[in-house]
Amino acid sequence: MKPTRSVGHGQRGKAAGMRSRLSRWLVAAPPSLFLALFFLAPSLIMAGASFRFPGELGGLAPLTASAAHGSDHGLTLEAYAFVFGDWVYLWICLKSFAIAAVTTLACLALAYPLAMLIAASPRKRRDLLVLLVILPFASNFLVRVYAWMIVLGPMDLLYTQTAVLIAMVYVHLPFMILPLYINLEKHDPALLDAAQDLGANAWRRFWHVTFPLSLPGVFAGSALVFIPVLGMFAVPELLGGTRDILIGNLIKEQFLDNRDWPLGAALSLVLTAMVLALAWGTLRLARARTRGLA
Amino acid sequence: MTLKLPLLWLLAAVVYAFLYVPLAVVVLFSFNDSALNAGWVGFTTRWYELLLADADMLSAAANSLLVATVASIAATILGTMAGLAIHRYRPRLLPALVLTPVAMPEILLGVSLLLFFRQVLDLTLGLASIVIAHITFSIGFVAIVVRARLQGMDEAIFEAARDLGATPWRSFRHVTLPLILPAIVAGALMAFTLSIDDFVITFFTAGVGVTTLPLQIYSMIKVAVTPEVNAVSTLLMALTLTLIAVAARIAPESIRARG
Repeated sequence: MKPTRSVGHGQRGKAAGMRSRLSRWLVAAPPSLFLALFFLAPSLIMAGASFRFPGELGGLAPLTASAAHGSDHGLTLEAYAFVFGDWVYLWICLKSFAIAAVTTLACLALAYPLAMLIAASPRKRRDLLVLLVILPFASNFLVRVYAWMIVLGPMDLLYTQTAVLIAMVYVHLPFMILPLYINLEKHDPALLDAAQDLGANAWRRFWHVTFPLSLPGVFAGSALVFIPVLGMFAVPELLGGTRDILIGNLIKEQFLDNRDWPLGAALSLVLTAMVLALAWGTLRLARARTRGLA
Repeated sequence: MTLKLPLLWLLAAVVYAFLYVPLAVVVLFSFNDSALNAGWVGFTTRWYELLLADADMLSAAANSLLVATVASIAATILGTMAGLAIHRYRPRLLPALVLTPVAMPEILLGVSLLLFFRQVLDLTLGLASIVIAHITFSIGFVAIVVRARLQGMDEAIFEAARDLGATPWRSFRHVTLPLILPAIVAGALMAFTLSIDDFVITFFTAGVGVTTLPLQIYSMIKVAVTPEVNAVSTLLMALTLTLIAVAARIAPESIRARG
């Protein structure tokens, strides 16, 4: 390290470069490989499975013809023909979308005033109010659904669409409150003062200052509510009637009860497409809004 | 802000009541001396006694603890690596691999893993498949917390370690690790809670023989609503509250990271 410093520098530099490449690989490879194997590969296989025939005893039929299975093999669009050929499937997809939209709007309506109040509170009380939002959210998902079974049971609301909606809102409400609060907290109060000085009343101040500025929070919260609701199967199963099933229930049915995996895979891909379209739309809208404001 | 505060407080009180009343009812009925969840009869602890004598419930709880312990340790290691790699090396694919399982509907991960385990690996579903599934969805949460911590830090510290001749391992061990430790602990606690709470993904990857606590609760409430479920729910709430309190003590950012 001491006298040879200037001489050894280049070599050490090279060694350090190799070491840093090695450490980069050591750090990035394990999580990448794990997720490639247990997330990416299963997702791709799922996509592939939607173009297969169902096996005779459930699962998938073989890709190549064999003597033992004289029946269907190879690739097919049968599952998709089934999904898009039957109005029941389209109806349930639309209904899932509608339930997710209503849940999101209800969450927004409940969350907005609360998030505003928390953001307007003194710092110390703010932390307590946020904690009070998180605490029930920390109890088990099934416990929160079950709680509504007890509450709604005596009210004769159990196994109805209303029960499904109430529980959906309940389970996802904190996902709306927190991003909204995080956004509202950052607003500069001087903007509202300025608006007031310019003669805007409370209503105008809200719609022309606070609300437009809070749109990133609104979009973030909406995505966090909309997407999980879209894939939910447990809430309709526990609180809804037989006619209240959503796309999540269809998928679960195909994989566990009917064992028609290609159909289940095709429905999963439809759900994936719905989620991607939604995420893309939200991002575009959010970008357009922020650009408009800048 | 010049808001109409009394009106806001009223609305807020309604929302808080909406959040807490159902859970309070569950806790209350867990001490109610009646097999029906309707009307208060008298105080009892017999549902808890019944619960502690329920062999199925106890083995489900043991499974949950085992799965959560193994999965959270593995997810913490892999998630920390992912967080470090994303922050330091800006890889192109890894962020999507890490974040998509967190953002997509759980059922999609559940059924794709079911398909993968059964069709491709021909694995009998059980504890191993549950653990793998839980690691897969927890990595992202740990990575997000660790990365957030790294982003808040001064890069000069790491450069200084490098300039002083520290090997990557030494600079990790003596500089990076101590600095991000609170985030790692927070991530581990989060992974543990997520694992012990998970229902949807476990439902698809558990197979027939093995149950966890949420699966056991699900099969109970599917059949009938019994006060024993109130008791186990209350205990689970107490457990989560304890974990949150511990998390708040050790790593205050874990509470904030949940948002």
